[in-house]
Amino acid sequence: MSSETMALSPHAVETQSLAERLHGWATTVDHKRIGVMYIGFALIFLVIGGIEAIIMRIQLALPNNDFVSPQVFNRMFTMHGTTMIFFVAMPIMFGFGNYTVPLLVGTRDMAFPRLNAFSFWLTAFGALLMYFSFVGGFGLYGAGSAPDVGWFAYAPLTSKVFSPGHSSDFWSLGLIVSGFGSIGTSVNMITTIVCSRCPGMTLNKMPLFAWMNIVMSGMVLFAISPLTAAQIMISLDRYLGAHFFDTQAGGSAVIWMHFFWIFGHPEVYILIIPSFGFISEIVPVFSRKPIFGYPIMVGATVAIGFISFSVWAHHMFTVGMNSWGNTFFAITTMAVGVPTGIKIFNWLGTIWGGKIQFKTPMLFSLAFLFQFLIAGLTGIMLSSTPFNWQLSGSYFVVAHFHYVIVGGILFAVFGGFYYWYPKITGKMLSERLGKLHFWLFVIGFHLTFDFMHIPGLLGMPRRIYTYEAGRGWEIWNQIVSVGALFQGVAVLIFVFNMIWSYWKGKDAGCDPWDAWTLEWTTTSPPPEYNFATIPTVHSSRPLWDLKHPEDPDWKYE
Amino acid sequence: MSSTTLTPPLTPPPIETPWVLPSRGKVGMFSLIAAESAIFTIFVVAYVFYIGKSISGPTPREVLELPIFNTVCLLSSSLTIHFALGALKKGNRAVFTAFWALTIALGAIFLFGTAREWHHLIYDKGLTIQTNLFGTTYYSLVGLHAFHVTVGLFGLSLVLAFALLGWVKQEHYGRVDVLSLYWHFVDVVWIVVFFVVYVAGR
Amino acid sequence: MNNEPHAPISRASRAAKMLARVAWAALPVFLIALVAVAAEPHDPALVPNIFKPDSTPADHIYGVALFVLTVTGAIFVAVFSLLVYAIVRYRAKPEDDSHEPAQVYGSNQIELAWTVIPVLIVVMLFLATARVIAQIQDAPPPPGTINVTAVGHQFWWEFRYPDLGIVTANELHVPVSEPAESTPTFLKLLSADTDHSFWVPRLAGKTDLIPNHPNSTWIDPHHTGLYLGQCAQYCGTQHGLMLLRVYVDSREDFKAWANAQAAPALVTSTDSNSEAGYGRKVFETTSCINCHAVKGTVADGRFGPDLTHLMSRKTLASGAADNTPEKLKQWIKDPDSIKPGSLMPAMRLTEKDLNALTAYLLTLR
Repeated sequence: MSSETMALSPHAVETQSLAERLHGWATTVDHKRIGVMYIGFALIFLVIGGIEAIIMRIQLALPNNDFVSPQVFNRMFTMHGTTMIFFVAMPIMFGFGNYTVPLLVGTRDMAFPRLNAFSFWLTAFGALLMYFSFVGGFGLYGAGSAPDVGWFAYAPLTSKVFSPGHSSDFWSLGLIVSGFGSIGTSVNMITTIVCSRCPGMTLNKMPLFAWMNIVMSGMVLFAISPLTAAQIMISLDRYLGAHFFDTQAGGSAVIWMHFFWIFGHPEVYILIIPSFGFISEIVPVFSRKPIFGYPIMVGATVAIGFISFSVWAHHMFTVGMNSWGNTFFAITTMAVGVPTGIKIFNWLGTIWGGKIQFKTPMLFSLAFLFQFLIAGLTGIMLSSTPFNWQLSGSYFVVAHFHYVIVGGILFAVFGGFYYWYPKITGKMLSERLGKLHFWLFVIGFHLTFDFMHIPGLLGMPRRIYTYEAGRGWEIWNQIVSVGALFQGVAVLIFVFNMIWSYWKGKDAGCDPWDAWTLEWTTTSPPPEYNFATIPTVHSSRPLWDLKHPEDPDWKYE
Repeated sequence: MSSTTLTPPLTPPPIETPWVLPSRGKVGMFSLIAAESAIFTIFVVAYVFYIGKSISGPTPREVLELPIFNTVCLLSSSLTIHFALGALKKGNRAVFTAFWALTIALGAIFLFGTAREWHHLIYDKGLTIQTNLFGTTYYSLVGLHAFHVTVGLFGLSLVLAFALLGWVKQEHYGRVDVLSLYWHFVDVVWIVVFFVVYVAGR
Repeated sequence: MNNEPHAPISRASRAAKMLARVAWAALPVFLIALVAVAAEPHDPALVPNIFKPDSTPADHIYGVALFVLTVTGAIFVAVFSLLVYAIVRYRAKPEDDSHEPAQVYGSNQIELAWTVIPVLIVVMLFLATARVIAQIQDAPPPPGTINVTAVGHQFWWEFRYPDLGIVTANELHVPVSEPAESTPTFLKLLSADTDHSFWVPRLAGKTDLIPNHPNSTWIDPHHTGLYLGQCAQYCGTQHGLMLLRVYVDSREDFKAWANAQAAPALVTSTDSNSEAGYGRKVFETTSCINCHAVKGTVADGRFGPDLTHLMSRKTLASGAADNTPEKLKQWIKDPDSIKPGSLMPAMRLTEKDLNALTAYLLTLR
């Protein structure tokens, strides 16, 4: 084990030159550094994806607008969706997972440190390849050859005939490469959690965030692979003249949809399950109570993991499946709502009877509870097949999934940032700026995504670069666009907070929140080897046991 | 804050000793195999879905012959790799190296046989990946498998090189066992492909 | 242990707070302005509102939608209230001592209850859903049904009435369906290229048009009038302007329309010295006929819309422009100025030819 300490705090080794420091980061296999790189990478793409969204919202603020051409607009929505899912949400989850899981389970690093680094660099390269498309091809004017086929790239639009340029290729190749990175990280995560837990930490004593990561990683193995397979198939179609999705040769456009959504639906659960993990770590600490119903929380998550693989064709209700298919996927989709709803009740049970502290991580988590509730309910609306025949492909769906992804996942991620930033950097984030960020973002979020449901109900389809006046959509689009600006400002305040607090924030100490899991037993930031000696635990809240020796958790577990 | 060496006043129930968790290599390899199985499943589903749907061109019945010899070679290689590992576990490095080399030879024969089959299909029967849906799904599924066999052979050859240099010893049994898991996986996939393509699909 | 940081606020932080104050103040002003702008006149009947159904499939959907909304609304009110109550009631009070609250790990009875109740709700929702699926999807077409084959193209709609010998584009005419004697319209949905989706919200849910995968849908509008819709599945560059207009006519009007549409094009002799005659010559000797058809002439192209009765339509380019002579001329000369990315090529004609061609097309009533 190297005797170098982690160079993450600003008072670090001044003896290294800049080149040496960069080299250290580029060649690191330390899970904490890799985690930070994933998170930094994701934040950069969050800003880029946000700019893509703002371009769209300016274009859609007025009917018959010509702020951008349809070609550019189509690239914007494709890249916005692809970026946010693959280069923001997935890397953030891998980043936080990488950073915290070894600490949570009491070990020194992930099971395969070099695979860890390799997976990160694969993901980064995939993103670079995809973004190179903006400047490859015809250059910046006309937005180059960036993908413009929608983030789910339906066949046969992606065939050589209908997409003669390289946009589809950048999409499939960029994602195949970063997909291998995702699979690598998931293999690593599963192995770490199964094989590297500290003594005494049986699976039922593991913190919930670790549980969420192992379920999510298992799902990645089975969800990303169908996408990779389908992308190999479309590449074969485009370059070797294969006919997988060639309807002229008897191929099927619908089978692309099946393959994509077998990936696509579990994917969103892959993103929300670690978000549940953030909430399950934060809410107990700031309510000063243990999580209500730990076994059910685990069981419900595993159930969600399995059931989510049976619901995919609810994205295809309008495709012309027979009534048996339409009915089956309605029931499975409604069924997956049950364990999901149970989790909300368990969080409510955690708060109930507690002593709630309204620090910024908790603010984001409480907002998550309200918003995820609404998002789940609009999901139930979409699960009813006939209702879906009106709602799908419209701005109602766009509002629904942004409610889950922004109102749910992103809020949980912000909570996670405020919660773990002190551990990662050794400094507290400014509470004042945090609350500013929170309230501005809440206002912007609700302005945009509450009102976005309405144009959907009034017949506005998604992915249209403009709309004619007189359909009653104008006012709602304007409100939605204004909200986007509020969110942009809030995110900039957040980024500023992170930078400012790194230099000027108050020292955090080991355990600023008076929390109960293993990461708070070591310094902030932790040394490269994490723990001086590998701990032994007896319950899922080892620090609670230490702080309350007269009433330890293991008496009740 | 120091680690948990303080003894709390109450005594917790004892933890399981020795604290032994599964081996990393095995769990990692099983996870990888899970992901690969999912990729193969999609190609198999595509193959099955498109059975009988080609609108032109040769059908499986017209052009496919059962690759019995190839299959026997590949499946035997699972047996030989198993013997190789048995020998290594006992510390018998010469026997290990011999069986390991035999495994590679059998795998290479399989690949060569596939290449011959494809040459025949392309040049004598006029079936390419472009010809029709059968061509597309056949070459992609069998090709994906052959690709995995090739990758496996690379790995096996590396170990053979190490063994010939005298670097593989009894204590490396666990790691070599992990590689053999991959090889067994490749064989199981072939059983599925054989059944779907050459038996059920014709 | 966890005090608020009292570090001096930097200038940049103050600037951020100023920005926030400005935003707070601007918000009500913005909203008022927006509402004022929103009071722009538009015909409410043209708003494709899914909650104003006017055809049996849309009615069924509206029914199940109300049921689902009621159930989910009730769930929302219940859980929302509990959350608000918990947050208010159990907030940490400043005068609190530092004792932790009672550490409750769970409760089997409560957890069972809040598992069973959602399951029952799901069963209820599912039964309501399944019923309506069958009602809409498995409804048999009664006698008197009008059959239409809709073919989706990039970026326009082809409508054929096989029983009536009609081929038209973009604007669908159907007869109103009286409750006493139902005359619904059944649409067979095909695609010539990529995926599209037929969505006229007030008449039915949407159904996709997928190549090599025929689908069907049906509508039976209860009132005459115009219903708006558009393509609802991303099909390429001009997906956004692949609009739909469904004209529901009275029985008599529909018959008149159908007869007029089934007739071949009004004849314009090419020998005469009229501009329209010369225009017809231009049409038939230029690449126009590669894509377009005019019934009763040599023009028999199928790639683009049938132009036999072009002037009977209210719009051009699937709703991208009104059907006026100026717009027609502009469309032929420079389609990208109306619908950038559409597959209509700019016809590089001389001004004389362009005017003549337009004059000819204006005769195709």
